[in-house]
Amino acid sequence: MSAPELKSTITGVANPVNTELPLWKQPDATPFVRIENITKKFDDFTAVDNVSLNIYKKELFCLLGGSGSGKSTLLRMLAGFENPTSGRIIIDGVDMQGIQPWNRPVNMMFQSYALFPHLSVADNVAFGLRRQGANKHDVKKRVAEMLDMVQLGHLGKRKPHQLSGGQRQRVALARSLVKRPKLLLLDEPLGALDKKLREETQFEIMNIQEDLGVTFVVVTHDQEEAMTLATRIGVMNQGLIVQTDEPHDVYEYPNSRFVAEFIGSVNMLEGFVTEDNVDSVRIDSKEAGCTLFVAHGISCAPQQRVHVALRPEKIKMTRIKPTQDENCMKGEIVEIAYMGSLSVFRIRLQSGKEIRVTQPNFARDMGERFTWNEQVFLSWDVDSSVVLTA
Amino acid sequence: MKRRSIFLNTSASLGFIFLYAPIISLIVYSFNESKLVTVWGGWSIKWYGELFKNDQIMDAAFLSLKIAFISATLAVVLGTMAGFALSRMGRFRGKLLFSGWVSAPLVMPEVITGLSLLLLFVALESAFGWPAGRGELTVIIAHTTFCLAYVAVIVQSRLVVLDDTLEEAAMDLGAKPSTLFFLVTLPLISPAIIAGWLLSFTLSLDDLVIASFVSGPGDSTLPMVIFSKVRLGVTPEVNALATLMIAIVAIGVVFAMLYMRKQNKMLAAAQE
Repeated sequence: MSAPELKSTITGVANPVNTELPLWKQPDATPFVRIENITKKFDDFTAVDNVSLNIYKKELFCLLGGSGSGKSTLLRMLAGFENPTSGRIIIDGVDMQGIQPWNRPVNMMFQSYALFPHLSVADNVAFGLRRQGANKHDVKKRVAEMLDMVQLGHLGKRKPHQLSGGQRQRVALARSLVKRPKLLLLDEPLGALDKKLREETQFEIMNIQEDLGVTFVVVTHDQEEAMTLATRIGVMNQGLIVQTDEPHDVYEYPNSRFVAEFIGSVNMLEGFVTEDNVDSVRIDSKEAGCTLFVAHGISCAPQQRVHVALRPEKIKMTRIKPTQDENCMKGEIVEIAYMGSLSVFRIRLQSGKEIRVTQPNFARDMGERFTWNEQVFLSWDVDSSVVLTA
Repeated sequence: MKRRSIFLNTSASLGFIFLYAPIISLIVYSFNESKLVTVWGGWSIKWYGELFKNDQIMDAAFLSLKIAFISATLAVVLGTMAGFALSRMGRFRGKLLFSGWVSAPLVMPEVITGLSLLLLFVALESAFGWPAGRGELTVIIAHTTFCLAYVAVIVQSRLVVLDDTLEEAAMDLGAKPSTLFFLVTLPLISPAIIAGWLLSFTLSLDDLVIASFVSGPGDSTLPMVIFSKVRLGVTPEVNALATLMIAIVAIGVVFAMLYMRKQNKMLAAAQE
């Protein structure tokens, strides 16, 4: 059994009550946004490289990637600010080829918010409606509704420069939603906010999305933002979508070293496959100093060099040697970082490889705490790690 | 408050004296009773009265204001268009040539600009019969030409720092390019346009050399009249006139600065 198959059986077992599958898991569901073989080149540089992607109605889809990964270019092509070099974008059954930004059923919330500095908050929100030629009464009513929704009803007469960062962000959100777009694009929506405000806004965006039933596409470089907001995440690297999955699956079942390392922190152990069964693999790892046993099959050649990804929070750290021989490493604590809710340890194995382990601080006084230079054993369950061939 | 050093205070004072002493002495002497410019004869405002009775000066002043107003307005329209082409059209054939051409009048000696325009007008008249003779119209054309360069440079520099996403946001909200220009871009670059207009107005009002080349016998601008009068000896009337002009320009500059400061604050706050 390969990693994705295993994943589907596990999630299937985990949610036996959930009879109604999300749209992206229904094989016959019609995607709301279809991105077909989109490529965008700037001179010699390929920003987006033959990307195909389906986004379904009412999804909150996150495009996650570092800078230069092509995520923003993809978003700008959806908005119509860039024309794809080749490929098609279909939104709600309509091919967007040649349709100008002002005619698309799409609105965008810009990273810089792009509020018109010379217009009041209410006029900013009304801008889109007035372009549609809505009558004065309707405009006023709609603007008031939207401003109330983002809790800024009392600030309609202010100019953008008289608002705080968080308030501007909410005005930008109201302005982008006022025309009831079919698709809302958000470019790093929380990037400019401080931590506390980010958390509040995150939940606000999720609530609004659920209330209005609009399809959201969010671009972000912040994996935490993506994990909390998204129904699905598309991880991008160098113009390609490397993996598209639900947040949980992207984290627990990364399909490549890039994804594993990009999302959260991870320990990578290098080794050679010594035993390749249908539903398990044994890997001999010099770095780990033990045999690694992983309870899922992979497709690989005998003796192939592979990486085993192991998340820091999945590792048990003990002073006494556990009974198991496989998946058990010995090392010395070289660094401890106390972070309040959890502690992060760095353990140096005999091979010199350093392993990151996080331990939740269950009790206020943990009894005899681990200290520097202490010899410890690290062990984990057979289904805690993932073998990566790519 | 931080104490400033004696050196800074002294150099600032000296600088201000250097800049403003001539102007202040001119203003003081415009209230001089005496007919002789260099002899103090007590306070009086009689030369202001004389000034308003002098038809030659008053006519020239009105002509100059009219020319300045028209050419500043034309320069703003054409200069804004040129500034747009330079900053928004990306790379196009002959861009380097065009930008060089636009800014050439900034560095060209006035004598050469004036002479070349005169030659052009003469050639045009003999070829097409237009412009018929030289006068108000040719001065307006000449002033528009060199003021345009200043406006183009100011507008272009404003457009360069203007956040592109504001225009994209407007398009995204359904504004077609023409609507977008009048509702978003124009209000946002208005400080530059106003500054360009004021600068053009002042430059045109100030110009002696080019006007001397391209104006006709009956259409002397104010600087030309003043210059010819001064050659026969400075009269206190000219002092009074200069004081009035300084007052007008100072008021204009102060208003323009206040307006620009408010706009810049707003833009900076919105873009931070």
